[in-house]
Amino acid sequence: MNSILLSVDWALVLEKTLFIAFIISISLVIAMYTTYGERKIAAWIQDRHGPNRAGPFGLLQPLADGLKLFFKEEIIPNSSNKFLFILGPSLAMITAMLTGAVIPWGDKIEIFGRSISLQIADVNIGILYVFGVVSLGVYGIMIGAWASNNKFSLMGGLRAASQIISYELAMGIALIALLMTSGTLSLGEMVRQQQTGGWNFFIQPLGFLIFLICAFAECNRTPFDLAEAENELIGGYHAEYSSMKLGFYLFAEYINMFISSAVMASLYFGGYDIIPFYDESAWGLSVNTMAVLGALALFVKILLLIFVFMWVRWTIPRFRYDQLMNLGWKGLIPLALFNMLITAAFILFLRK
Amino acid sequence: MQLTNRAKSVDRRPLSLMEKIYLPAIFKGMGITFSHIFKKKVTINYPEETRPFSPVFRGLHILNRDEEGRENCTACGLCAVACPAEAITMDAAERLPGEEHLYREEKYAAKYEINMLRCIFCGLCEEACPKDAIYLTETFAPANYSRKSFIYGKDNLVIPHPKENSDAFQKAKGLIDERKEKAKQEKTA
Repeated sequence: MNSILLSVDWALVLEKTLFIAFIISISLVIAMYTTYGERKIAAWIQDRHGPNRAGPFGLLQPLADGLKLFFKEEIIPNSSNKFLFILGPSLAMITAMLTGAVIPWGDKIEIFGRSISLQIADVNIGILYVFGVVSLGVYGIMIGAWASNNKFSLMGGLRAASQIISYELAMGIALIALLMTSGTLSLGEMVRQQQTGGWNFFIQPLGFLIFLICAFAECNRTPFDLAEAENELIGGYHAEYSSMKLGFYLFAEYINMFISSAVMASLYFGGYDIIPFYDESAWGLSVNTMAVLGALALFVKILLLIFVFMWVRWTIPRFRYDQLMNLGWKGLIPLALFNMLITAAFILFLRK
Repeated sequence: MQLTNRAKSVDRRPLSLMEKIYLPAIFKGMGITFSHIFKKKVTINYPEETRPFSPVFRGLHILNRDEEGRENCTACGLCAVACPAEAITMDAAERLPGEEHLYREEKYAAKYEINMLRCIFCGLCEEACPKDAIYLTETFAPANYSRKSFIYGKDNLVIPHPKENSDAFQKAKGLIDERKEKAKQEKTA
């Protein structure tokens, strides 16, 4: 027994636990303040001020919103399936948090002579893991919608399921082209490849565009927020939810947005790379400084992408269901296939 | 028959390729929304800032006093007669000896009530008043919890006393004078 305990690298366990806790709290705080940012940006785009009463510039608004959700009455409909009704938001929340595990948040840092990787798990199939978890995300919505025993919720759940399944295809095919150019499935390795050379965005602009559009759909963001569709489905899948269970659904949406921005920044914008086409190691800075700078660069990219999410949301109206399906199946999938074939042809041509 | 030349015929041609791609239109739209981020905001931070009222704004009523603090109203009832919403009621009383410092003329309003829920703020009472006694100000009816509290009595309506509470009186008086000035200008114009 002792030998087993001794053989475990406790420092590694400790550092990973601390790092996981750190990443989870960062995601939660960012998700919280994304709600604030969303309201502010929505307001600015509509020539308003946005929340500015709670604290300086309204910065305490997310806290006030969270408190309000906590103190609201928790209603579980009589005719609902209680277990699934509670499972829905928890699943949405858990799957939203899970993806953060494979994203490289920065390069290595060195503390007490130990080299610590700023990635929770550099799984060699990282991107497949991301896809797996993202597809699980639809269960949170579907189960919640089904368990509500409300026809509007069910409609929302159906829409969410069909939409996410359709757009995942185009997303996957867009990604295959990227995998062909980088030749690896590990997110850490992909980011390392982009450190010295250019970002994948310059190789795969069309792929990025398809990926971005599909990411909007996966996150159920406008113009693809058919699952919520307040004016048709009175809130869709979360129509029956109240209090913090509703809060979890809304929160999961914002965490999803944060994580998918992080995935896009890692896949297409070099992750923690600071300047494209330039080797930053020439600056001769220490490992830790470089890691902090890199992490900052990644967060700037993530925030910019989140801004794009919001910008698009407050610009484009919602698609109709048939338009959504047309765009997905007749527009994006052929385009993604075309992109994949072109990339494959180029790779064959250049290597021979 | 053509009434205006603003009518536009609807374009029902099928979408061109550029339109089918959606993206140019979307980028154009995003450009428009982005430019709005830097535009001047139309919202007014209400309690701190207030919107300037138009010269003809009609808000809550005020019952005027003269310079010595005597109430102008003689309870003649012309305002109540003029009121299309029948919001004004009053009880007249005779001024007793020793009350000359309270009321300007021999008759005064012992009770003067305006139901702010009935009032339509048309300002006909102001026009009807021969005694320079009732004016509409630039404050509007505040929210409240009961219907009863919207029936404003003399305690809510009479202007502050010019000697006992001169600051408040000057403030309220300023509003009245402004209105008088505007009315005069309107008449001459």
